[in-house]
Amino acid sequence: MNEDEIRARARAFREATPASDRLAFLRARFDAGLAWVHFPEGLGGLGAPRELQLAVEQELEGTPQLDPGLQAIGLGMAAPTILAFGTEEQKKRFLRPLWTGEEIWCQLFSEPGAGSDLATLATRAVRDGDEWVVDGQKVWTSGAHHARWAILVARTDPDVPKHRGLTYFVCDMHAPGVEARPLRQITGEAEFNEVFLTGVRLPDDLRLGAVGDGWRVAQTTLMNERVAIGGNAGRRGGGMIGMVAQTWRERPELRTPDLHQRLLRLWVEAEVTRLAGVRLREQLAAGQPGPEGSGMKLAFASLNQALTGLEVELRREEGLGYDDWTFRRSESVDFAGRDAGYRYLRAKGNSIEGGTSEILRNIISERVLGLPSEPRVDKDIPWKDLPR
Amino acid sequence: MTSLLYSEVEEELRAAVRGVLADKSSPASVLARVESDAPYDMGLWKTLAADMGVAGLLIPESRGGAGASAREVAVVLEELGRSVAPVPFLTSAVLATTALLAAPEDPGDLLSRLASGDLTAALAVPFSASPYGFRDETVTAGADGTLSGRVTAVAGAAVADVLLVPASGALYAVEAGHATVETVPSLDLTRPIATVTLWSAPAVRIASDLSGVRRALLTGAGLLASEQLGVAKWCLDTTLAYLKERHQFARPIGSFQAIKHRMADLWLDVVRARAAARGAADALAGEEDPSLAVAVAQAWCGDVAVHVAEEALQLHGGIGMTWEHPLHLFLKRAKAAQLALGTPGDHRQQVGVLADLPA
Repeated sequence: MNEDEIRARARAFREATPASDRLAFLRARFDAGLAWVHFPEGLGGLGAPRELQLAVEQELEGTPQLDPGLQAIGLGMAAPTILAFGTEEQKKRFLRPLWTGEEIWCQLFSEPGAGSDLATLATRAVRDGDEWVVDGQKVWTSGAHHARWAILVARTDPDVPKHRGLTYFVCDMHAPGVEARPLRQITGEAEFNEVFLTGVRLPDDLRLGAVGDGWRVAQTTLMNERVAIGGNAGRRGGGMIGMVAQTWRERPELRTPDLHQRLLRLWVEAEVTRLAGVRLREQLAAGQPGPEGSGMKLAFASLNQALTGLEVELRREEGLGYDDWTFRRSESVDFAGRDAGYRYLRAKGNSIEGGTSEILRNIISERVLGLPSEPRVDKDIPWKDLPR
Repeated sequence: MTSLLYSEVEEELRAAVRGVLADKSSPASVLARVESDAPYDMGLWKTLAADMGVAGLLIPESRGGAGASAREVAVVLEELGRSVAPVPFLTSAVLATTALLAAPEDPGDLLSRLASGDLTAALAVPFSASPYGFRDETVTAGADGTLSGRVTAVAGAAVADVLLVPASGALYAVEAGHATVETVPSLDLTRPIATVTLWSAPAVRIASDLSGVRRALLTGAGLLASEQLGVAKWCLDTTLAYLKERHQFARPIGSFQAIKHRMADLWLDVVRARAAARGAADALAGEEDPSLAVAVAQAWCGDVAVHVAEEALQLHGGIGMTWEHPLHLFLKRAKAAQLALGTPGDHRQQVGVLADLPA
């Protein structure tokens, strides 16, 4: 299907479908294959090249839209993983309400003892007939209190080396034994949760991929996550550099030659990073994201931190203030929200969440540059025997 | 004789202050306090100021002080930085005290009362005021000698009994009861700032120019470097301990060369921060012009404290992003201190002037 055909199809859909009922419109859009055109027919797509999605978005501008904040995990991480590894039944069951936002998703990966070394995670899933019984603790789960479903990685075999004993599940967040507690961050608010899983029973048909294949399935999720965090190219001079630039333009009394040079340096860095993101998007238009996506996320984090730090410094006296330390649960992730002090503190998480900058540098050096990996002491030792 | 090392007396003072802080100001208790209605710990301040006498370090013995110098003050600041203790030492015993020491008049014998710890004072200038570009523009002295105006972002004002207020080119003492002092949400939870508003407030003129205020800002900037050193040192030590203990990939994360090299770089930054901070303290204690030593120390230590705190957070990973871990108190102190008493850029610019490196 080419661009003209897709545009015609989107226009016809728009004319034929009333937009008054948001949910009905989104369901109809999914059923018409205009949700994500690169997905197969019957699953919200048309089996078309990924880049043609832009044409659909243009034709359907002004119609009811998704909630990108609330649906980020579902759209960016769960959906590509379900598409790649789910059974036909799972794809049919989950993808439509995921896309329309009727069901919100969260991610149960990181644990207190398993951050950068995710594969060492300790949450156990033990088979009991047609069910799995899950016990453990997860952390850094955004949106857990809104979520209907979670993508979950758990240990199903502690007697084999760590990467081989993992299995990937869809976790029912309404199941008995699932408890989400808000986790307060340095910004004062709780954007994330700790999730405690106690005797949670999941039917085997919520397993995604083969038993013991959880690490491979999780890689698909993580590659997509890094692109989702770092891969939004945006417009020239937009995003975080745009906020600092706006302060600079509106407040001539704050300017100094020193700050000017530093701002210009960061503006250039933001622009070349944006261009690299555009180029990466073009390369990946038809395929799955590769390890190059890690570079974008690495650049995004360091740039955000430099820019927000500069803005607090630029504001001088105002930088000594803070808008509000009240402990509250935020409804969605927003790196740019609120005042400069908030953005400065929030940006500190950008180099930790979704793969630390250290892990991303390892990925780049080993998988992109082909440098030999560090000697690994844990590769062939059963997980249960690892020092920790 | 000048020295960048610590004397025996200075080490004894350090040990005494550290002992009190370990006992009364653990990171967990500071975290609990900053969320209360009384973020400054006035019980701890009384122990330090009155019982130990640190409030009077800069005040001559003839006025009831210890007659010590900036060097001893710097050691106390290192320890206060190392524990982000919420006490008004820098704001009262350094900034306000220095301004008062330079003033020709001291009608209420304020210095003696500051030295004994009976009184706490604050210099009513924005904490971001630079020693190089300070102008008193926001408060005016009326013909009747009262003051009217507003000063924003004043550190330590909320717990001051007396405010030293620059107005119309002179310096005045105002009883805090005659001013409205409103604490505002502050980036630095352990040194909140306040807005000071004066409405025809009765005031006593103590100096007819602002030279003492500029001297106070310069002294404060130079000694703040020692506090920043203390902040950086806590972050470095705490991170080092964590890197030895935290295992990922079946080994302590501190065994990874990429991490070790970063720690070595941070250590070198802190080594030089210590030398710079000592240099400023020693210069402020001596007879010669301390300006270049102060500018160098503040240009270096302001950024180093922020950098070490930021790296400490990153090397702690997710736990460093939590409210529950005290690290954020140090990051917030470091970032606010970077803006305080002139930014590193302001001090670099002054280095340009003093080291004959014109723009």
